[in-house]
Amino acid sequence: MTDHAPVITVTNLIKQFGRFAALRGVTAEFDGGKLYAILGDNGAGKTTLLRTLAGLNHPSSGSFTILGANRFRDVCDQIGYMAHPSLLYDEMSGMENLAYFARLYGISEAGQRCSEVIRAVGLDPTLRRPVGQYSQGMRQRMSLARALLNEPKILLLDEPFSNVDLRSAGDMVRLLVELRDQGKTIFVVTHQASLLEGAADEFVWMQSGKIIGRTQALTAPEPGA
Amino acid sequence: MNSTTTISASSAKGKTVSGITRATLLKDLRLEWRSKDAINSMLFFSLLVVVVFSFSFDPTAEESRQIAGGLVWVAFLFASVVALNQTWARELRNQVLDAYRVSPAPPNSLFMAKSLGNFVFVVVLEMLMTPLFIAFYRLRSIGPAWQLLLVAALGTWALVVNGTFFAAMSIRTRSREIMLPLLLFPISIPAILAMVQATTAILNGEGARFWIVLLVTYDLVFTTSCLLLFETVLNAE
Repeated sequence: MTDHAPVITVTNLIKQFGRFAALRGVTAEFDGGKLYAILGDNGAGKTTLLRTLAGLNHPSSGSFTILGANRFRDVCDQIGYMAHPSLLYDEMSGMENLAYFARLYGISEAGQRCSEVIRAVGLDPTLRRPVGQYSQGMRQRMSLARALLNEPKILLLDEPFSNVDLRSAGDMVRLLVELRDQGKTIFVVTHQASLLEGAADEFVWMQSGKIIGRTQALTAPEPGA
Repeated sequence: MNSTTTISASSAKGKTVSGITRATLLKDLRLEWRSKDAINSMLFFSLLVVVVFSFSFDPTAEESRQIAGGLVWVAFLFASVVALNQTWARELRNQVLDAYRVSPAPPNSLFMAKSLGNFVFVVVLEMLMTPLFIAFYRLRSIGPAWQLLLVAALGTWALVVNGTFFAAMSIRTRSREIMLPLLLFPISIPAILAMVQATTAILNGEGARFWIVLLVTYDLVFTTSCLLLFETVLNAE
């Protein structure tokens, strides 16, 4: 099931931190049921764009709609967000973490749901170790499991492959492709673009707080194009 | 990784404010039970205050009743700041607070859970330290001792509700450990005054009604204000 109507519309989005403009007038439409790779150098504004769409940064000016709503809060139960840090409590096990977040989303049969998403990312739900003792790659996968917990329509993923070994990263990409094929819209901010070659529907190139091009293949847009 | 066909189970939505508050409170108690960050620091600090003060003064029973209210509450106030600083620090590690912010959970559930958690921590501290205060200062209440429990509950809530709020306000500042007392102590003056005066009055067998009413009013006003303003504080950048 796919839905290719725009699910996110961004209009002249500007985000300033003091005198520094992290986003300088981003305007774009993103269709549903696609996998977008957001690429760019450090400081290009990728994370700021994702955090703004996730309602964590307030736009300085401009606007965006997400799933037809003007406020992230109105549709937040349909969105999954994964940040560069794990967003997990180090002192609790993966299952305990997810069980807590399942309560925040009002998910019934939380135990079953948590086990499903933990297995889906290739981890063992019976693992009792606290997350603080996980390897960085395991934390990343558990973080992805947390983002999947509420069966989101849109997934906003910031550097999901960082510190993940190649085989596991490949597994994560396959999982994202499956989710995309189920109709979910997925945004992946990454510096490992080659992992998404052949998987992403579109590569969105950012530079200095602007989208400078969108390509179907992993080829940087021509300057000035 | 397994196929995602296994993760498409329906998830009925049944979130409630009280349910989320309870879940967050239990999570905080579990984290504290495992780390013991707050309770150990508070206990150590309070113990130091009791011992140092007991060496500094050698009061008679009458003098003890006059100064105990001030001593006890100052010790608990400073000790509770330790717990209040910890409360949000654990939400900042791994930016877990962002996971709460992007969820549909109401901000006030987080605030109430944090306030209740801090209340529990400070009450545990008070239960452990009060016998020591009684022993070191040879305290004996002339007035009804049950009123001390009421003052302790109201006073502790006054400290933690404001403390939780101002700790949340100061989490994004660079020197938050310093900021919290700077914000909290001035606004807590009416509550501290009421706590100290009520405790002293009860210990000396005098009426404490006015101070208890003041504490109740303070608690109601500040709990309401904090609940109204917390969402703004939580989502501030």
